[in-house]
Amino acid sequence: MDELKQQQPILLKKGAEASLYVSNWHGRKALVKIRMPKKYRPESLDKQIRSYRTIHEGQLLHQAKGAGVATPLIFMIDVPEATIIMEYIEGVQVKQQLNMVQKEGRREICLNLGGLIGKLHKENLIHGDLTTSNMIIDNQGKIFLLDFGLGEKNVALEAKGVDLHLLKRALQSTHFSFWETCFKDVLTGYRLVAGGELTEKVYEKISEIEKRGRYIEERRQ
Amino acid sequence: MGNAQKTLPIADKGYCLGVESTADDFGVGIVKFDGEILTNSVDSYIPVEGGIHPREAARHHAEVADSVLCEALTEAKLKPKDITCIAFSMGPGLGPCLRTGATVARALATYLQIPLVGVNHSIAHIEIGKLKTGAVDPVTLYASGGNTMVTAFESKRYRVFGETLDIALGNCLDVFARHAGLKNKRGLPLGAAVEQLALKGKNFISLPYVVKGMDLSLSGLLTAAMAQLQKGSYSLEDVCYSLQEHAFSMVAEITERALAHTEKREILLTGGVAANKRLQSMLEAIAQEHEAVFNVVPQRFATDNGAMIAWAGALAYMQGIVTPVEESYVKLRWRVDRVDVPWMN
Repeated sequence: MDELKQQQPILLKKGAEASLYVSNWHGRKALVKIRMPKKYRPESLDKQIRSYRTIHEGQLLHQAKGAGVATPLIFMIDVPEATIIMEYIEGVQVKQQLNMVQKEGRREICLNLGGLIGKLHKENLIHGDLTTSNMIIDNQGKIFLLDFGLGEKNVALEAKGVDLHLLKRALQSTHFSFWETCFKDVLTGYRLVAGGELTEKVYEKISEIEKRGRYIEERRQ
Repeated sequence: MGNAQKTLPIADKGYCLGVESTADDFGVGIVKFDGEILTNSVDSYIPVEGGIHPREAARHHAEVADSVLCEALTEAKLKPKDITCIAFSMGPGLGPCLRTGATVARALATYLQIPLVGVNHSIAHIEIGKLKTGAVDPVTLYASGGNTMVTAFESKRYRVFGETLDIALGNCLDVFARHAGLKNKRGLPLGAAVEQLALKGKNFISLPYVVKGMDLSLSGLLTAAMAQLQKGSYSLEDVCYSLQEHAFSMVAEITERALAHTEKREILLTGGVAANKRLQSMLEAIAQEHEAVFNVVPQRFATDNGAMIAWAGALAYMQGIVTPVEESYVKLRWRVDRVDVPWMN
């Protein structure tokens, strides 16, 4: 206990969803993710959202491993405090890595990533917030998926379509100069794992979802 | 701002007259190129019942166009020949309404033999917001009857970081209000009626809360709120309160996400729903939390208006951007992230 007390948690990042601290868990470097209360929304809604997402994140981090996707090891979950203590993954965000490497490097990352999403979707696991800042690549090139707080287990094609559509949107807004190639490579990687049939169906669903949006040029009544 | 851009020498003095007609408002505004707003006249179509009927709205616009135009010029103490360029909202919006405004603008430009500038309506909202509040590079939440999006400037354009996957926030509140039998009155829009009722709500009812990544979906919430009303176990005030709390928490959450993601230091709230005090207070709390500055656009510049079109037109014109009349067709689904904004560089 003394050791823990000495090790004051260090604030790593204050995100919109949660605050991340680096700490120590029985001698191991740990990441403490706390979903802080949001004063702007009603208390009951706030509590409901924070505990729901904490539980789901824990479950999905675990289930993703079963699907063959690397995620941090969970050390402890404290639902009332909306806190998860997990393994600290050494590496850089895929968001940064994509900007640091050349075309070939990007292709490899995106193919890899598509494969991981394919593995999740084959088990009907939906990440729910696929952005390139929610993925970490370690020094061996292994990609870890994080932040499953908006995820769910869902058999509907719709959920898979939205999942990939969100990644596409994230690529468009964050990696606007090469997003198209990236997304194409993601789909190729996805197809290799999930198979042609599912990929085609999901791809069709993505266009359908996009047409539902407002002010989309491709939409025709 | 059109597909084919003609480049003119850069100008810094003059007046731009802007015509706005994307939906129910027909507006004409005149701005000086240094940002002084000389006038902002508007006449709104109010449906007898139901929502905006595009054809009826367009008919209204055609009927009031000349009087709004005259009012604007008189108030600005300008003669038509003093105007340097004509701007109009080229999209996105309702086809018949857009075409009416575009026709007025083309006629003026042709008659006065001055350049025409097609303006993206969403960009105009952001630019007038920055002009009126002094925000420089904000994360903007633009929430109205037809739009709900969170944008921020990144590399040449306003990028969309989050948006609705189905209906707009204002649309959600309006449809609910009509379902509850509230009537649209001059001076009291339906959204304001919901806001007033929500203040008296006491019970918080749990409704669907749908945030998907940085995007949100409001149609399920609307259906659930209408079903609650039908069921009758809670008062209208309670349902209004719960609907607002859920919907605003969702847009606030995606705004916060965009703010954290882009690491910008300002929030700008605009669009018709910007008038809502509860939404303002939520965003203000977020701004405080992230040590950012919260800005809300004054109401007459937050709802659709001609001055914003004139200002965005002036900004484009000063960069040498004009739209040839033969290429000035309206674009009903012209996304904000399809347009370069060279004046931001």
